[in-house]
Amino acid sequence: MAHAEGQQLGAHVEGQQHPIGIYLKIWGLLFVLSTASYLVDYFHLQGYLRWFLIIVFMLLKAGLIVAVFMHMLWERLAMVYAILVPTVLLMVLLGIGALEADYTFLTRGVFFLKGLF
Amino acid sequence: MTQARTSTAEPLTLPEGIQGIVSDWSSDQRAFKNVPWGKAMMWIFLLSDTFIFSCFLISYMTVRMSTTEPWPNPSEVFGLTVGGKSIPLLLIAIMTFVLISSSGTMAMAVKFGYEKNRKMTFILMLCTAALGATFVGMQAFEWTKLIVHEGIRPWGNPLGAAQFGSVFFMVTGFHGTHVSIGVIFLIIIARKVLRGDMDLERPGFFTSRKSRYEAVEIMGLYWHFVDLVWVFIFAVFYLW
Repeated sequence: MAHAEGQQLGAHVEGQQHPIGIYLKIWGLLFVLSTASYLVDYFHLQGYLRWFLIIVFMLLKAGLIVAVFMHMLWERLAMVYAILVPTVLLMVLLGIGALEADYTFLTRGVFFLKGLF
Repeated sequence: MTQARTSTAEPLTLPEGIQGIVSDWSSDQRAFKNVPWGKAMMWIFLLSDTFIFSCFLISYMTVRMSTTEPWPNPSEVFGLTVGGKSIPLLLIAIMTFVLISSSGTMAMAVKFGYEKNRKMTFILMLCTAALGATFVGMQAFEWTKLIVHEGIRPWGNPLGAAQFGSVFFMVTGFHGTHVSIGVIFLIIIARKVLRGDMDLERPGFFTSRKSRYEAVEIMGLYWHFVDLVWVFIFAVFYLW
């Protein structure tokens, strides 16, 4: 520990040291996943399959970046939960947004296309 | 339960798992162990930024789901014509690869930083900045194409739903601003690394805190976050 003398008041200054191979592997994996999600569009996949693939590739990429590049994998749980749990709450906002959008769409439909309802 | 610590000779080990969370949060000094406070603060900033971008993306979803006008097809709008053949989303795909590559070089810069390899850290951070600048340049090209050639404006466009323009400029503009700020700070930190500030623990000109290599990792966190946001924008805006 080169900085041992610089530590004070129990401040544990320790860097994240990992072999370079893991970064290169994750980099490669991110390229593969990006190509895959691009191909979803390129081959004009539609419907639930398209959505499933897009969301899966998106979450895998996000997970790899956060876990390895941002070193979340090696942090203590107190830190990981403090950052990741609040983001899960965004799902509630997502749900509210979807409900609101459906309702707005319905009222617009009623207003613009009176004949249909 | 807790292991009894009878000897002061062996180093103190922190408990893991749920017990670790409880003990960290209830400890007297600081909740985030093994993390320099600058890094913890960057994480908290990134959390707040996550909420900002989520607000944008969720309102985009709401707007797109509720519009009765047809939404312009991003696959065609962002396509490029190469050799007389139109390739869908080509520009966006290249931008994605550029940004992911910049994340890769940044991750390695952090590694070399902790090894105190000034030259490699500097080179890799400069590569990251160059890739980031390339990304912003391509975004500028994309904006020009959309504004000048396609006639897309924040208040309307000839392709369909008026909301397309406002959401597009808002979301990609905010993201591009993040990338631009990142490029500026990458160059600042890279210069500090090359000059040897981290080795000399030279006080920062603004905060007067000792320069340390953890600054490279904190910079990296911000940069990876920018890449992370792009992952979500790419998926929900361009591939929807």
